[in-house]
Amino acid sequence: MSATIIETVDITKVYGMGDISVAALNGINMKIEAGEFVAIMGPSGSGKSTLMHILGCLSQPTSGQYILDGEDVSNLDKAQLAAVRNRKIGFIFQAYNLLARTSALRNVTLPLLYNHADTKVSVEEGDKKARAMLELVGLGERVNHQPHELSGGQQQRVAIARALINNPVMVIADEPTGNLDSRSGEEIMNLLHKLHGQGTTIVMVTHDQKIAAHTQRTIVLKDGVIDIINHNGNHVGQDDILPVSERNIIPLHNEQKVQHEAA
Amino acid sequence: MKPLEAIRIAWEAILKNKVRSLLTMLGIIIGVAAVIIMVAISAGTEAAIQDQITSLGSNLVFVQGAMTRGGPGQAPTGGLVYDDAAAIQDGVSGVKAVVVEQNSSETVKAGDVTLEDVEILGTTTGFPSVRDMDIAEGRYFNETEIERKSKVVILGYAMAQELFGDSSPIGEYIKVGNTQLAVIGVFEEKGLVGNTDFDSRIYMPISVVFQKFTPSMFARFMGDSVRMIYVEVEDGVNQDTVIAGIERLLIKRHDVTADTEDFTITTQQDIISTRESTTAAFRSLLAWVAGVSLIVGGIGIMNIMLVSVTERTREIGIRQAVGATPADIRLQFLTEALMLSVVGGLIGTLVGISGAYIFGALSDMRTVIQASSILLAFGSAAAVGAFFGYYPADQAAQLDPIEALRYE
Repeated sequence: MSATIIETVDITKVYGMGDISVAALNGINMKIEAGEFVAIMGPSGSGKSTLMHILGCLSQPTSGQYILDGEDVSNLDKAQLAAVRNRKIGFIFQAYNLLARTSALRNVTLPLLYNHADTKVSVEEGDKKARAMLELVGLGERVNHQPHELSGGQQQRVAIARALINNPVMVIADEPTGNLDSRSGEEIMNLLHKLHGQGTTIVMVTHDQKIAAHTQRTIVLKDGVIDIINHNGNHVGQDDILPVSERNIIPLHNEQKVQHEAA
Repeated sequence: MKPLEAIRIAWEAILKNKVRSLLTMLGIIIGVAAVIIMVAISAGTEAAIQDQITSLGSNLVFVQGAMTRGGPGQAPTGGLVYDDAAAIQDGVSGVKAVVVEQNSSETVKAGDVTLEDVEILGTTTGFPSVRDMDIAEGRYFNETEIERKSKVVILGYAMAQELFGDSSPIGEYIKVGNTQLAVIGVFEEKGLVGNTDFDSRIYMPISVVFQKFTPSMFARFMGDSVRMIYVEVEDGVNQDTVIAGIERLLIKRHDVTADTEDFTITTQQDIISTRESTTAAFRSLLAWVAGVSLIVGGIGIMNIMLVSVTERTREIGIRQAVGATPADIRLQFLTEALMLSVVGGLIGTLVGISGAYIFGALSDMRTVIQASSILLAFGSAAAVGAFFGYYPADQAAQLDPIEALRYE
């Protein structure tokens, strides 16, 4: 389990053109290994959402390279990116983003619908797998419930089951507990821990220090560059990626100057 | 995404908004139903005309008098006179029979029933065979009765009903204007032929009409004018030859030239052509109306699909996030538009077929449902759906997943 899932090389993202252009990301270099549980933090405007979108193949860097699971995805077209999202990435959103008036089961099988790979499963197999996934997230009894019949925490668990259905190489969670009360939030975090324990790679975007503390590593962005990487008291063999000069807090390369970014 | 999945998703989307879907389809439903009903009516009319023409026989030539304008102080002169008929019979070869017709209208009384403005048709003995009329009761008048100006009358079917109800009118007398006539026969029901109602007329010897109902001071010099002369052409004789013969004869008799003819000669074929061109014009008008309503229906579909794409922006974002390609999204919305139009087309077909059937049953117009019109209407509906559905589907496909996911 030492394969590199994410590797970025000098990723930048510039919005707008010419004089009014704004750099949201200004040279991001990072690596995430298979099986890691990583948090991306940063104040609003720091570029963490932009980074998440690029890592999730929802948008592309302006320059730089993004190698996902050994494949350079920096220059793919829309359809190819969609296929990468389908096969390699599972999303968990703050607002759950389930299809309304659609059963939990159909929500979980949704990614299978767009699986164009040869390994495509039949509808029956897909349903079976989706039931297993719902079982895994503790909703085995609620496969036919629609989102409005489920609590927020339950909806988020359906979303987690959906994220896992295509056996992705990583799960990207965007503020997964943001819309939940603390108890449901804790349940979701426990579930993510459980998945992590089973070997799932998880990249979580959050602004909540307490939630971030659940992870092995926290990458803190500021003004479009990586500010610090906090090992959260764990040492998980990241030395080959970034040299550890201090136990927990690693200052970044000197050449990554603080950029001023319009809010 | 498999096409089957696309169809399932589209069907579910339509069912989630039943009322809106139905309203969206309304334009298509009306368009398709209109095409089917209109084509059924026009085909029915055509079939009815064809039947009438067949019942008339195809070897008839109609000679009609055309009124020519008289000079100041002069009465207009009617083209045809009674003697022309005899001249045609004797002077043109290939003529099998000649029938003359002159009409007028009068008040008719029988017992205490009075009918105003009843059409009187004076004619000759060949009339029943030339116009394919059968006597239901009693008999038709003969040559002797024409010569003697006998006061006898044959009633049209509806006339007999109106004047005498269910009792037999044979042997009864009716008063036409001031003239008393004996009823000697009743025709069988014939119905409308073209614009002529054969059942609401009374028929009598043409000599009686000349004497009592259309007396003219010019008759003494020119002969009694007649409205129409039917010339039945002998079997195997070229109709055009006979027409040319009649024309030559009448030009000579009337002392006119080919440019100042006071009569017109038409054939069954001319009437068919006129009718056909009329129905063809009617049909192309219908095609335009139907086409416009289908286009309006298509715009309705496009409108609702654009609304639907906007409304479901977030859904599109979710689908894109989990791996739907632009082609997948386009297929989904195009399928939905197509399904709206096809289901609308199906409902429209059912409405059209039952509408044509009910229309045919309730009115006296005949309707013939044409399979080709169903195919045409259905095909155009589907084409309209595909055409007007493409733009909204493409809009959906072009959405940026991040923007779409943020959409509230």
